[in-house]
Amino acid sequence: MTTTESTTEVTRAEICVVACAEIFSGAGEIMASPMAPMALLGARLARLTSEPDLLITDGEALILADTPAIGRSGPIEGWMPFRKVFDVVASGRRHVVMGANQIDRYGNQNLSAFGPLQQPTRQMFGVRGAPGNTINHPTSYWVGRHSTRVFTDSVDIVSGIGYDKVDPENPAFDDHNIHRVITNLGVFDFGGPDHTMRALSLHPGVEAAEVAENTSFEVAGLESAGVTRQPTAEELSIIREVLDPKGVRNREVR
Amino acid sequence: MAAVPTDKTSTLDEVIGELRDGMTIGIGGWGSRRKPMALVRALARSDVKDLTVVTYGGADLGLLCAAGKVRRAYYGFVSLDSAPFYDPWFAHARTTGAIEAREMDEGMVKCGLEAAASRLPFLPIRAGLGSDVLNFWEGELKTVTSPYPDADGRTQTLVAMPALRLDAAFVHLDIADNRGNAAYTGVDPYMDDLFCAAADRRYLETDQLVSTEVLVKSVPHQRLLLNRMNVDKVVHAPNGAHFTFAGEYGRDEAFQRFYVESAKDPATWEAFSQRFLRVDEETYQREVAAWQAEQEESK
Repeated sequence: MTTTESTTEVTRAEICVVACAEIFSGAGEIMASPMAPMALLGARLARLTSEPDLLITDGEALILADTPAIGRSGPIEGWMPFRKVFDVVASGRRHVVMGANQIDRYGNQNLSAFGPLQQPTRQMFGVRGAPGNTINHPTSYWVGRHSTRVFTDSVDIVSGIGYDKVDPENPAFDDHNIHRVITNLGVFDFGGPDHTMRALSLHPGVEAAEVAENTSFEVAGLESAGVTRQPTAEELSIIREVLDPKGVRNREVR
Repeated sequence: MAAVPTDKTSTLDEVIGELRDGMTIGIGGWGSRRKPMALVRALARSDVKDLTVVTYGGADLGLLCAAGKVRRAYYGFVSLDSAPFYDPWFAHARTTGAIEAREMDEGMVKCGLEAAASRLPFLPIRAGLGSDVLNFWEGELKTVTSPYPDADGRTQTLVAMPALRLDAAFVHLDIADNRGNAAYTGVDPYMDDLFCAAADRRYLETDQLVSTEVLVKSVPHQRLLLNRMNVDKVVHAPNGAHFTFAGEYGRDEAFQRFYVESAKDPATWEAFSQRFLRVDEETYQREVAAWQAEQEESK
């Protein structure tokens, strides 16, 4: 039996793929919309293991019937042009994993621009679908390089809304749910006091001090966080042989 | 003498001749996908100015910013859809404060066009609540409270997305007839029918101008996105969506990167402008073909 041996060879990137897959645990028959390679590998791994009813697309307009390797297409089962994506967003039957230029302790996210609204110092995409995603359905974030620049005290522009923006008197906010933040250092949620960011687990080899040094605000539960679980042998072979034989995951995280 | 149906075939210059300073213009497509670039190029080299642009933005907005045509922009995002993703001229216009941004959630653009298409003053939408979208709009964007309480007695307050009424819409469809019937042949219609339905004047450019009979035999019925009621002029513009993709051709990634590289320096931008922008569409297409050949040779 080579379980022990293969465990020692598991890379940080593979730990991250599995953590991204677990974002979708129990998601059921909804659309998984990963916006980065790591999150895409996670969604497809989940679909090939515990979540076979997830819907995934080719990132353009087609719903994939099979679960091909990253960068590959395959047989389709349906049509999902952009205008129909907005119908899915409004229906709530979706879990998106977005990237983030900034995230604060309450889960506010910025991918729009840095600096003042009408004269930014650096322009990115604009708010894209982040306001609609975060108020309508579960949203998670993937951050490949956990740093104080990303995990900042306050975001310059709120594109994805955090827990301190929720008005409990207004039912329009009832479906707001920032489920997970996965980074190269660990797995987090917003289950800390007053919905602040909390450490659920740190990846093998990551110390609490490293997370603290790379986060501008205090992370709840950091000292008591466990270790992110290892991939199973089945997960490892799916990642390495089926979904990502070329090692795209290693470009996101070393 | 029998009445003759309207032939809407026009030139790019005839379309631009109908536009006025200060107009609100909606541009179809999405990011760097099936953008009406021939019309955008014609607008960029015209004298028309002080425009308000409504778009799922790509290099369409970038080129109009480069030409100093844009006073205000309503958009869900601006993206080139491939590296380096951020449009350099839109970024320049923003960081210099040259344009007023009415940034919004992507779904709000669709919602605002639908309101205009239905001649409604607004439509309610969740997206935007709690975000900085309301601050971008500087008081222009308001909320509306439901007259119907939820089952638990609380009442929903939603964004009242105002109608995005357009003076003019530009769209690019892959195949059309001379009366304004038109179809897309790629995987996605984007919002082109909504842009037309929200506009007073509707301008269509197309790669293939064919008879009605050929059009309807060329595509399944569901692809016939535009009918005659929603189009005022039809411009035959083969490869008109270049350097974005359309149904019959891919994105010219190399040329898009060249556009971005050229924007980095005044001298290279002047060279790019002289060769590709201060010229008519025919010359543009010829110079693009020559540029592509040069790239092949230098490999």
